[in-house]
Amino acid sequence: MTLLRTLLLSALMLGASHAVALIETYDFSNPELEARYQYLSDELRCPKCQNQNIADSNAPIAQDLRRLLHQQLESGASDDEVLEYMVDRYGEFVRYRPAFSGTAVLLWLAPILLLFGAVGVLIATLRSRPKNVSEGTALTAEDNARLQKLLNTTERDS
Amino acid sequence: MSASGLQHMGSRLKLFLPLFLFVVLATILFRGLSLDPSEMPSALIDRPLPQFSLPALGADRMLSSEDVSGEVALLNVWATWCISCRVEHPYLRQLADAGVPIFGLNYKDSDAAALRWLEELGNPYRLNIADREGTLGVDLGVYGAPETYLLDADGVVRYRHVGVVDENVWRTVLEPLYIELTRAENTP
Repeated sequence: MTLLRTLLLSALMLGASHAVALIETYDFSNPELEARYQYLSDELRCPKCQNQNIADSNAPIAQDLRRLLHQQLESGASDDEVLEYMVDRYGEFVRYRPAFSGTAVLLWLAPILLLFGAVGVLIATLRSRPKNVSEGTALTAEDNARLQKLLNTTERDS
Repeated sequence: MSASGLQHMGSRLKLFLPLFLFVVLATILFRGLSLDPSEMPSALIDRPLPQFSLPALGADRMLSSEDVSGEVALLNVWATWCISCRVEHPYLRQLADAGVPIFGLNYKDSDAAALRWLEELGNPYRLNIADREGTLGVDLGVYGAPETYLLDADGVVRYRHVGVVDENVWRTVLEPLYIELTRAENTP
């Protein structure tokens, strides 16, 4: 029984090491490069599986792009140069945070514009309200006399 | 009309605001139904094919972008490991038989497997670029085979289709552009 268990467990562990090995690792000449590699591979979007970045994806194209990224960083490319290289080939699409240009400007400004719009509507609504609520609705002397009369009638009836 | 009358009409119009918002939203969402969010235009559209120097498949010579320009043509990215390419292959042969120039980019493949494939299934390609490492693939922005690029006579990329080229894609998308470009080339 224990032998069977050990065998099963080792079989499972063998499987696990395969699952981990899907994403390869790279050696970097210095830790700063490795940090930038992490940053850029999180930032770049896999063109094939479009809701993953290239760090997470095991699509062949993501593997190729990681290899390219590693090569470029090791040969001294700056972050901007790497991003420019990728955008030149795969379009603005490969960046999770697109540059502030073209139609992306609208995307970047939309939250601010919506906020201004909302504040505008709020101010307009507040202004259109009557300033003093009691002004129009307060009871006049005439109303008070009538109210008193009505109250008296009810009391007498009961 | 009196001022209060105008005000009255204004407040009546306000009642239509939810309907108006609904119509706007419905229009946008309806448009969204027919959009393909995974479709992305090539970054190379209206730009010349990247410079390259790669071996020809099955021939002892080097190819460059001059070898695939000169007339309006298709550049088809394919590989023997790509199952959809096998689906696409017979239609490419039909197109080639009909006189459409097709160049092949054998993408991240082994030469031997690719040559065997062409021998077994027929060869629709004028010539094949052997891109074993996928370097030209990256320069083109290829992210998966099959992809088909429409090149004009100057070797400028005019359109990219990702996925299988079948009769439907050819008739509705590629052929109209192909005819237009060919016409433009013949009437300078």
